[in-house]
Amino acid sequence: MKICVLVKEVPDAAVQKRIDPNTMRLDRGGEKNLNPFDTHALEAAMQIKEGGAIPVEEVVAVTMGPSSAVRALHKAVALGADRSVHLADDALAGSDVCATGYALAKVLESESPDLVLLGQQSDDGECYTIGAVVADHLKMPSLTQVIQIDVTDGKLRCERQAEYGYDTVEVELPAVISVGDAINEPRYPSLKAIMGAKKKPLDSKATGDVGIDAGQVGEGGSKTKVLALNPPPAKEAGEIIEDEDTNETVEKIVTWLDERKLI
Amino acid sequence: MPAVAPSEFPPPFDSNDVIGPPTDAPEDRIEVGVAIVGGGPAGLACANKVLQLLEDEPELTEKLGEVPVAVIEKGKVAGAHLLSGANMKPSAMEELFPDLPKEEWPVYQEVTKDAVYLLTSKAALPLKPMPPNFKNHGNYVTSVSKLARFLAEKAEEAGAYILSETAATKLLVEDRIVKGVRSGDRGRGREGQELANFEPGSDVVAKATVLAEGTVGHLTYAAYDYFDMHGADPMRWELGVKEVWEVKEPLDRVIHTMGWPLRKSPRFNEFGGSFIYPMGEDKICIGLVAGLDYTDATFSVHDALQLLKTHPFIKKLIDGGKRVAWGAKTIPSGGYFAMPKRLAVPGMMIAGDAASMVNVPTLKGVHYAMHAGMYAAEAIVESLKQDVDSVNFEAYDDKVRNSLIEKEIKQSRNMRQPFSKGFFVGGAIVSAMTVTKGAFPGGHWKQEHDSEVEMDIGRAGDTYPKADNELTFNKLDSVFLSGNATRDDAPNHVRVQTHVPREIAQTWVSMCPAQVYEIPEDQLESGAAEVDVHVTASNCVQCGAITAKGGRLTLPEGGDGPLYQET
Amino acid sequence: MAGILVYALHDDEGNFNKNSLGAIAVAAKLAGEVGGEAAALVVGEVADDACASLGNYGAAKVYRAKSVPEGLAQPIVDAMAKVISDEGFSYALFGGGLLGFEIGAGLTARLGAGVTMEVTAVKVDGGKLVVERPILQDSEVADVGYVSEPGIIIGRLNAFDLEESGGTAEVVDVDVELSEWSSKAKLVQRGEQRGADVNIEDADILVGGGRGLGAKEGFELCEQLADSMGGAVAATRAVVDAGWYPYAAQIGQTGKTVAPKLYLAAGVSGAIQHKVGMQNSENILAINKDPNAPIFEFSDLGVVGDLHKIVPKLTEAIKAKKGG
Repeated sequence: MKICVLVKEVPDAAVQKRIDPNTMRLDRGGEKNLNPFDTHALEAAMQIKEGGAIPVEEVVAVTMGPSSAVRALHKAVALGADRSVHLADDALAGSDVCATGYALAKVLESESPDLVLLGQQSDDGECYTIGAVVADHLKMPSLTQVIQIDVTDGKLRCERQAEYGYDTVEVELPAVISVGDAINEPRYPSLKAIMGAKKKPLDSKATGDVGIDAGQVGEGGSKTKVLALNPPPAKEAGEIIEDEDTNETVEKIVTWLDERKLI
Repeated sequence: MPAVAPSEFPPPFDSNDVIGPPTDAPEDRIEVGVAIVGGGPAGLACANKVLQLLEDEPELTEKLGEVPVAVIEKGKVAGAHLLSGANMKPSAMEELFPDLPKEEWPVYQEVTKDAVYLLTSKAALPLKPMPPNFKNHGNYVTSVSKLARFLAEKAEEAGAYILSETAATKLLVEDRIVKGVRSGDRGRGREGQELANFEPGSDVVAKATVLAEGTVGHLTYAAYDYFDMHGADPMRWELGVKEVWEVKEPLDRVIHTMGWPLRKSPRFNEFGGSFIYPMGEDKICIGLVAGLDYTDATFSVHDALQLLKTHPFIKKLIDGGKRVAWGAKTIPSGGYFAMPKRLAVPGMMIAGDAASMVNVPTLKGVHYAMHAGMYAAEAIVESLKQDVDSVNFEAYDDKVRNSLIEKEIKQSRNMRQPFSKGFFVGGAIVSAMTVTKGAFPGGHWKQEHDSEVEMDIGRAGDTYPKADNELTFNKLDSVFLSGNATRDDAPNHVRVQTHVPREIAQTWVSMCPAQVYEIPEDQLESGAAEVDVHVTASNCVQCGAITAKGGRLTLPEGGDGPLYQET
Repeated sequence: MAGILVYALHDDEGNFNKNSLGAIAVAAKLAGEVGGEAAALVVGEVADDACASLGNYGAAKVYRAKSVPEGLAQPIVDAMAKVISDEGFSYALFGGGLLGFEIGAGLTARLGAGVTMEVTAVKVDGGKLVVERPILQDSEVADVGYVSEPGIIIGRLNAFDLEESGGTAEVVDVDVELSEWSSKAKLVQRGEQRGADVNIEDADILVGGGRGLGAKEGFELCEQLADSMGGAVAATRAVVDAGWYPYAAQIGQTGKTVAPKLYLAAGVSGAIQHKVGMQNSENILAINKDPNAPIFEFSDLGVVGDLHKIVPKLTEAIKAKKGG
């Protein structure tokens, strides 16, 4: 089995994020890091490989991003991926969810994976959906927010929390699974693995190499457009009570709760 | 209650725990040519210089193997844990990158105007003529955090391996020769137990090891004990808390202030001042630095900085602006007499702040650190060229002693001490020293370790303003701004005794800019003479102040701590 | 025919999800302005009158795909794609919730359509829909428009309120051919409730305890108060560090993010590390004896007082009100 893990380089959680008012896009100038949810996806891939229920020939890290994204790939490889693929092309800049999903599906197609794993969300996009978009293009079954994967009889038995509680779903391969952070505790890379990461094979691909129609990606190929940015609605200043007579205070609180239908 | 010194309650820490032989099987050890601990100006200048010199030494390069230079850095990236003023003298950058035009330097601007003010609670009196040690014409305002990122990028381009998120927790020594360092374990829980994703550290063995750990060198100070390298005076420190502000009006000059809110009387021993530097057209930085040998247990540099900002002169400079960064870090202030008696032992050299290479009166240390790193590089290549198994790097010691580093720091060797006599007397004495280049009054003004100062609960705490979240901010909000992302259930890396006299506990509570220490509320109210100290290690920004004041900062897991961008 | 098609999620008993009903209300309000009508799509064997009842919430028409199973996204992508293409809907709208995300995302690929998620409001501009979606941890709100049709809108949890208007909807049955891969995921068990591990992220009411509780035992007060309101208990990092409450209940920058209907903070200072995890709660009630506690800057009702006195009395008063 070949597992592809989709990873993304995102601004580090500690960096204050801001939108560049000129491009209406996220300012990616500061520190970047491998999307934390993707480390869980890599760990899941490694656990499937080490679990032995299905023989895994290779785990491949795949990313779409600017040149700096190679760092995310190095990290992914340090965490256990055997090699990586970097889809980089100026034509992709400014792609929205629709365009990104299409582009990722195309590069994954060129790898013919049996299983695609990815983190359920990225720190910068806040979209939670790319896995489902990619799966439809690849014509594979898909689940998101998965917190448990067991491999049995060549199928995946997955658990995830949906609207009404926990669902257990059996998925046939090939499939696309997005994982939540509760699924596992990612390992730390060993110093040897970190130092050896740069030597693992890294293939750089452009849109033409994987059959991406440039007209469907980038800002021009996107189907949504950010029109304006506004500050969030101002929260009305709250009321403050000083407790002098506790019985009175409690009465006031109960009234307040009642007014808002909270009790 | 009688005043009491923190040194009477030494931390539960033994240097011998961090020194030992390699323990990995030989085939598991990671072999590198030169191992440099610390991705700061000293370490990265060393890395760059070694690789530059190796370009002309193909034979030696081959002998050094696959990884000729490895830089071990505990922060998320090089620069994540760095904070300083800073006004950098250009000499080191010019020497390291002679062909790089100044437009491409990671600096904000050249200093063209300087001013020094003596502050009172209401006024700002310009000091003219300006005390000569504050002259900064020809120097460059820079952020060491940015500088390190730049130097790291250059070093990587040249072939160095920058191993960030890696703590060097043990110095590998065999037969009294330094063989390398061991990286820290990752994935231990609060009690030190191994968690599910536990990954042990690795032995990194090298032909030459350079310790460039900065202001509170974890391995460096253990090495001082082990190899008997302590200088004539103990190390001592000042604590700086710094903020970066986006402002409407650009600042046209570098400003230093003395006086308020630090108190003049020798009883309080509050030495230091503030700095306000322009950072391009739209930002300035403002910081307050104070010696950690103050006597009032309620003194807090962070809060004194907040108070400083309320001064009309200062407030005007940041009016209508927005705070965008905050950080804290100590700076070694022991000067010449605190430098170790040897800078090199078999297999190892020490460079930069960790070796007290800071000229306190002129506030210079960045270029000394870089020069020292370059001398170390030269000594390494010269020695290993002759014999790749040589462990003799004493030439490094000679280079530093014969250089400007030694000469200039020596001139200021007694300039910090007179201030314990109070601001004015101290100022007068130091003026005499400056004019005579350190010759008069001469001798050796002995210093004591900051933790030996007796602490008393005073009134400094009463003067600090409550946070208004526009001009002034509390510690926790500030820690958040530093990008601190330390794991909640990580083991506690701060070594202090946890049941101490109230004066000591209060000292730590007020001193720490990140609110790591707390006295339980009920004990505070009861007025008990001895109290417990609760340590929230995950707030720690690793400034190092606790090492100065009776505790010991050890290393949390690699990658923990702040993510400074432009401090 | 333009108009907005809303997916109406229901459980195994045929009860419609309130987020879906809220989305229908939004569609009803705006469909006319974009030149069409508001319709809903229902999958599974749902009775005629149940489907028609969606008219009460604003749907003019309900498309029912009886043979499509409920509970997994991909078969529903097939159903919605068919109805949107056949009937020419301009927009697909989903109320907040996991399935909405998955179906909306699948439709994006299937129809080559633009999609926006975590939408908090929908408005009209020049006969087209424009959505508002918060970004960067709610520090800004973006207005997003669609370059082509159809456009897909996925709402944020609890963003759309339902509205009853009387009326019934026309029910139309549709046949849907499932894609080959839509049958490759099988629902083995749906909606399992897991007891002991309290899920604070789903609770409508949370009582958060902090340092001000004084000791581990202070959490008993929180638990009793939470019980009286049918809520759950959460904790700040400081007390979890101190071992007073389990990590699973921790809210904040490190820990969980919640947005319950009510967050009652007892002895919580409201430092930013905690605030970022609960600031979007609909109602925030804070009890703290420090009048300068930061939480009072963003609480809806702040009570300055001793929680050890107030909380037990509050618990009693609430029990009395509910019981009586």
